This record gives sequence, C-alpha cells and structure tokens, in this order.
Amino acid sequence: MNFLKVTLIIFLIFSFKFVNADEQDKRNQITKNLRCLICQGQSVYDSDSEFANSLKVLVDKKLNEGLSEDQIYKYFKDKYGEWILYEPELNKNTYILWLLPVFIFLIGGAIIAKSFIIKK
Amino acid sequence: MKKKILPLFMVIVFGFIFIVFYKGLEDSNIYTPDTKIKNKIPIFKTKDFYSGVSLNSSDIFKFDKNYLLNIWSSWCVPCRQEHPLLMELSKESKIIIVGMNYKDNKKNAQSFLKELGNPYEMVLVDLDGTIAIDWGAYGVPESYLIYNNKIIKKFIGPLNQQLINEMKLLVK
Repeated sequence: MNFLKVTLIIFLIFSFKFVNADEQDKRNQITKNLRCLICQGQSVYDSDSEFANSLKVLVDKKLNEGLSEDQIYKYFKDKYGEWILYEPELNKNTYILWLLPVFIFLIGGAIIAKSFIIKK
Repeated sequence: MKKKILPLFMVIVFGFIFIVFYKGLEDSNIYTPDTKIKNKIPIFKTKDFYSGVSLNSSDIFKFDKNYLLNIWSSWCVPCRQEHPLLMELSKESKIIIVGMNYKDNKKNAQSFLKELGNPYEMVLVDLDGTIAIDWGAYGVPESYLIYNNKIIKKFIGPLNQQLINEMKLLVK
C-alpha cells in the first residue's frame, strides 16, 4: 500500500512538472514571436523592460484564461498593429514577402535543372 | 532566341528585387505608433487608488463627457515634467482627468501627488501594467483623450503646451 502511495505521489509530482513546463514553453514560444516595441531589435522574451514584463504577465493571464496562441497574437495585433508580430501574416501587404522566396527558389531550381538536362 | 530570354529574365528579376529593397531603404525602420484612433475604450477592472474599491471601466467613463486618461508613475521623470500642465488643465471644466497609477509603490505615488498636487478626479491602479497594455500603451507617461467611450487621440510621452492646446481644440 505504501509503495502505491509513493508511486502515486511521484507520478503526481512529475505530471504537475510537465503541465508547468508545457505552459512555460508555450509562453516562451509566444513571447519570442512578439516584438518589444520600445526596445530596438529585441523580442518580448529577451527584453527586461517594463513593457515587456507586463506583456509576459498578460500572456500568462491569457493562457490561463484558455486563449489559444493565435487568439493571443490577434489580441496584441488589435492593440499594437501587425508590427508587434515577428512573423507577419499572409495578407495583401505581405504576400510579396512570403511568396517571393518561394518564387525565386522555384525559378532557381528550374534554371539548375534545365542546365543539367542540357549538359546531359 | 532562347539564350536571350534567360539573361533578360534574370535582369528583370534582379531589377524587381533591387526596387523592392531600394523602396525598403526609404522607409523608416523606427516604429511610429498610430496616434489617431477611433477605437472603443477597453473593458477592464481596476481599483480606486485611495479607497481600494473595485471598479469597472463602465463606472468610470460616462457618455457625453470628455475624459483624459493619464498613465503616470512616481518613478517616471517625464511625468514630473508634464504634471504642472495637468494641474492647469484640471482647472478647465471641460475635461475630466483620470489618472492611472502604473506599476508603482502606493507610498511613493501618494507623496508624488502631495508634492506636486492632484489634478485627477479619480486615480486608478494598474499594479502589473496589464491594464495599460489593454489600452495599447507603451509606457509612462501616456494620455488618452476620450469622448463617448471612444479614444479620440492618444498622446505618447509627456504632454507639452502645444499638445494641451491641440487637446482643447479637439474638445471644443
């Protein structure tokens, strides 16, 4: 019986640890993708400014409220605009940014493939 | 003919990339936030600075009145600079000034108001800075001109006489 109790306690401790780690990971992942608007070139995760610290607290609160990652990004986008996101969404202002590399990659591949075929 | 197409195509692609980057260089990479926003004010819960009574945003901001929400802190040096202007503005009956004490120690905040005067009709508390983020604030000081539960104008940084004049014109 004692053995069972100890195993149960160990299991509970470990499972709590995993829950916490998961939440921490998620929070870090989100704050790494948010730009600290008052510090140049730093993410919220990296920064220790008042603004970034408040943002971290708010991300925690939103996660506890059960909001998804996308919902949290949307919340911050509504407040501060697209600039706060390091990974901009695909829309009419950003499609060149997203599609140009793919386009160049495809054309480059085609050129290479073609030159190989010609050589053969 | 085929041999000519490829170089021409490359020139076009590189030309296009050059234009995109050149245009990018012209843009300033320093972030300038929007200051004219007709957004609705956020819904939030806070506490009264003096009594500690819980308050809802709907209890604070009423329709048909002009409010100036000023986010301030006793540790913020620019807040000290703008404070005399707020004191002067508080004498005008057209604008109700509401203060939001941001990430501050109550004692320090109290002595700040004792020393420089209290221009606020009501002082709210934002202990962890999350309410300020709800407003879309970047730091302290920051002020929001509000009418009919909408943000008419956002003032980032300390207020000066010119901004106060602008505010008075907007209120008229």
